[in-house]
Amino acid sequence: MLAWTIYVSFLGAVAVTLASGKSPALIRMLALLTTLAGLGIAMIAVEHDRSGQLITVARAPWIPSLGIEYHLAADGISLVLVLLTGIAAVAGVLFSWNVELRIKEFFALYLALIGAVYGVFLSFDLFQLFVFYEIAIIPKYFLIAIWGSTRREYAAMKLVLYSFGGSALVLAGIVAAYVVSGERTLNLETLSHFPFPVHFQMWAFPLVFVGFAVLAGMWPFHTWAPTGHAAAPTAASMLLAGVVMKLGAYGCLRVAIMLFPRGLDAWGFHVLGFGSWQQVFALLAVIGIVYGASIALVQKDLKFVIGYSSVSHMGFVLLGLMTLNQIGLSGAVYQMFSHGIIAGLLFAVVGRMVYDRTHTRDLGELSRLPLAKLIPFAAITFVLALMASIGLPGFSGFIAELEVLIGSWHAFPWMSWIAGSGILIGIAFSWRALEATFLGEPATEPEHALPAITLPERLGAFLLLASTIALGLYPKLLMNLILPALSGPLFEQLRRGDWR
Amino acid sequence: MSSNLPLVSALTLLPFVGGIVVLLVGRSAARLTAATFATVAVAYTGWLWWHFQSAMTIMQLEEVHALEPSIGLSYHVGLDGLSLLMLAISSITVLMSVAASWNNPKQGPAYFAFLLFLETGLFGTYTALNFLHWFLYWELSLIPAFFLIRMWGGPGRARAATQFFVYTMVGSITLLLAFLAIFLASGSFDFLELTQMAQNGQLAAAIGQNLHWRQWDSNHITMYLFYGAFLGFAVKTPIVPFHGWLASAYSEAAPETTMVLTGALSKMGVYGFLRILLPIFPEQMWRIHTILLWLAIATIVLPAFTAWAQTDLKRMFAYGSINHLGYCILGIVAVAGSSGAEASQVSEKAAALTGVMLQLFSHGITAAALFWFLALLERRSGGLTGLNDFGGLRRAMPVFSGLMGITLFASLGLPGLLGFPGEFLIFKGVFPLDWWAAALALLGLLMTAVFLLTIVQRVFSGELPDHWKKMPDLTVAEQCVLAPAIFLMFVVGLYPQLISGMVHGTVMQLVGLVRY
Repeated sequence: MLAWTIYVSFLGAVAVTLASGKSPALIRMLALLTTLAGLGIAMIAVEHDRSGQLITVARAPWIPSLGIEYHLAADGISLVLVLLTGIAAVAGVLFSWNVELRIKEFFALYLALIGAVYGVFLSFDLFQLFVFYEIAIIPKYFLIAIWGSTRREYAAMKLVLYSFGGSALVLAGIVAAYVVSGERTLNLETLSHFPFPVHFQMWAFPLVFVGFAVLAGMWPFHTWAPTGHAAAPTAASMLLAGVVMKLGAYGCLRVAIMLFPRGLDAWGFHVLGFGSWQQVFALLAVIGIVYGASIALVQKDLKFVIGYSSVSHMGFVLLGLMTLNQIGLSGAVYQMFSHGIIAGLLFAVVGRMVYDRTHTRDLGELSRLPLAKLIPFAAITFVLALMASIGLPGFSGFIAELEVLIGSWHAFPWMSWIAGSGILIGIAFSWRALEATFLGEPATEPEHALPAITLPERLGAFLLLASTIALGLYPKLLMNLILPALSGPLFEQLRRGDWR
Repeated sequence: MSSNLPLVSALTLLPFVGGIVVLLVGRSAARLTAATFATVAVAYTGWLWWHFQSAMTIMQLEEVHALEPSIGLSYHVGLDGLSLLMLAISSITVLMSVAASWNNPKQGPAYFAFLLFLETGLFGTYTALNFLHWFLYWELSLIPAFFLIRMWGGPGRARAATQFFVYTMVGSITLLLAFLAIFLASGSFDFLELTQMAQNGQLAAAIGQNLHWRQWDSNHITMYLFYGAFLGFAVKTPIVPFHGWLASAYSEAAPETTMVLTGALSKMGVYGFLRILLPIFPEQMWRIHTILLWLAIATIVLPAFTAWAQTDLKRMFAYGSINHLGYCILGIVAVAGSSGAEASQVSEKAAALTGVMLQLFSHGITAAALFWFLALLERRSGGLTGLNDFGGLRRAMPVFSGLMGITLFASLGLPGLLGFPGEFLIFKGVFPLDWWAAALALLGLLMTAVFLLTIVQRVFSGELPDHWKKMPDLTVAEQCVLAPAIFLMFVVGLYPQLISGMVHGTVMQLVGLVRY
């Protein structure tokens, strides 16, 4: 049944293309129904399978001569991310209600992107995973290049070049794994039990990890993210930060860490004070946390503020992955979900509620508008979103960052201090953004009213807010899926002595 | 009292629901809705008080649900005498604040909604017993307070709100870090479990075993964890020298807001001392109790002088508020610092802690009432609240002057009024424990009397300027709303048993925890 998340999305894309172009309402409704169907299926699947264990959804030979299969399966981690995709997709459509330019192509590409993302999260054949991963890049390019704003061609091209660069590394790693294992299979489940030679893992791990981490916005390969986020239309920013960056993080966990866990072992010698890839990547993650937050503190464009904050928050995901203990890894997955929701909400407020009405994202110009009076709903949503983003208790981000910090305290205590200081900078830039937008007190009275917040916007904001609050107050909802998956057979090679 | 119904959770949720309803009903019915919910909260608290079994030392009406065991998160609430006292103070001051805002046209639905959200934060803080769950409310009460100051305050509100937020946030973060470390060592976030572990030495052992920093021993590490937690509460109370945020926050916020800030929010810090620091870190408090005593003395004496030097009534009361909570800290620290376990000491400690509880209640009511009077005065004077802006008001508005006079005297601890029993018991308890500290703190008592009498003199006596001759006195409606508060000052002043009887079990339990 879960397979239908993919099929429905692609079918929706086709249906939108075939629909009459004269009726934008029909196209919007089609897109909304498609994404709602995807979300519904995801929710039923989560409800149906509460164990978090691996379930096979569909399996058939694809290229038998190479041992490549069409293989869809899901464990708790996949389910969490499928659920995230479903929520983000619905919200994205609701916040794209005002798109008029080439509306058919817009929603067709949008739905194709969603379908590809579902595909990545559900693929348990490496080749198939890679195919979906590549398919996702194409719609992203067009969404930014055609419907984008600031320097859209540049941003779109940069995104594509970074993505393909990362993919090349990943592909090299996949091919190497195929050859070295000699099992004539790319089945993730089989490969996860295969004892790759340690010296092979030592170079295959960084290759694949970096390849995927590019898309997760790991410093110093993050620069595509802020420009891409800023240029993209609202729905695309929401998906880019909310879901696409998770593709990278998911790949890091599902492929790099699950297949080559020994690649993180100590090298046996030290270079510049580093003794293992674990330490190297943890440091890059921590740099990303602090660097992203610091840059966000000095941006003038509101979308860039949020864009850099994404880099900072994704740093927590990568740091959690590098802890290699249960609490850190589960925190990383939780943060993937949490950031997906919160980033989506932030971009929705900034891109749709504010920019589409005021046509400016410059903090200086925004501070001269009495925005809180003109669009109070946006003000409330933005405040709540920022509260969630800085990780206040009661919102999902708190649970996620807490777990990552506890996990990293076990693995590398001093790094958790630096990561914690990143949170402080996060408070500072959120504050600055809030002061400049909604708390500013302009001397002049508003010249003209802004269009009121529409119903789809309210619904979208409500959906995202409800998600982050529900998971902040009741983390068991997702933890019941994540923890069994991490202690299941797939990650057997990862669990070693100090697993907790 | 025991029940299977989630009575405590329902109380916590009540104002939150009220806030949402206030937002939905719109401007015309907002204040009525808010008043209804605030009244129901007071009645609910009164009902809990009525059914509370004060002889029991264990938590009553406990609700425990494990939420996420891997990070020690559980939903755990319960009531003891201390919690119930805090609930009473919070619900009463919020109701007073809603009443005070009744005729303020600036304060629409959003204002009342924030006020009720703040009440939920307060209720949650005073009943939650798992650190993470408690911390949720601790932080969430900060947000409505910030917006109440930021959006409805005076001309310097932006700066005041930022200052308030930054100070409290820094304290919160050190508090969070300290508890993260405790969780890493002990595997528990539960206050009651941690208290027990601290009592039987398991906590120190766990810290020694699981936290390794620079080869420090467990005493050393625990001391630093104590500092982290202490800072959080010291900022909130506040204790000198962490009080920098207070004066501007209290004076820039609308007086109706300050009523809740000083009446209920400032108690969160003292509550932290009683619920967390004293039970979980008794040894650490004992180790540095001399320093803490000096800080308490500074908190009592210096703000009293500062208040005397102010020319704005709001700032005077703001500093007076620091001074009054200083007595609470003095009582707590003196109890933590006495190492004897003889019977005489037990009764002194019990006296001091009972005094602390009474003082919490009396400060909550009197400080809120004082800012209420300022709100009334400010609205009549067109925004003036300077000490020297008035004079001879007792001739123009005798009822107002009379009632505010009573409150001022209650505040300075006149026998027969609310402020007296608390301060008396604190001094009665502290004097045998640390006579020098009590003696020095008396200086603060003296200065409090000086600056409060200065107010009486400058505002109520002397020449009545011509432009104030037409100043209207309290209306009958205002008198009626104020009457219960004034009545309460007499009742508790004359019959402190009302409070001290209720908290007796809790006090004896706290005394039992301090064995160093």
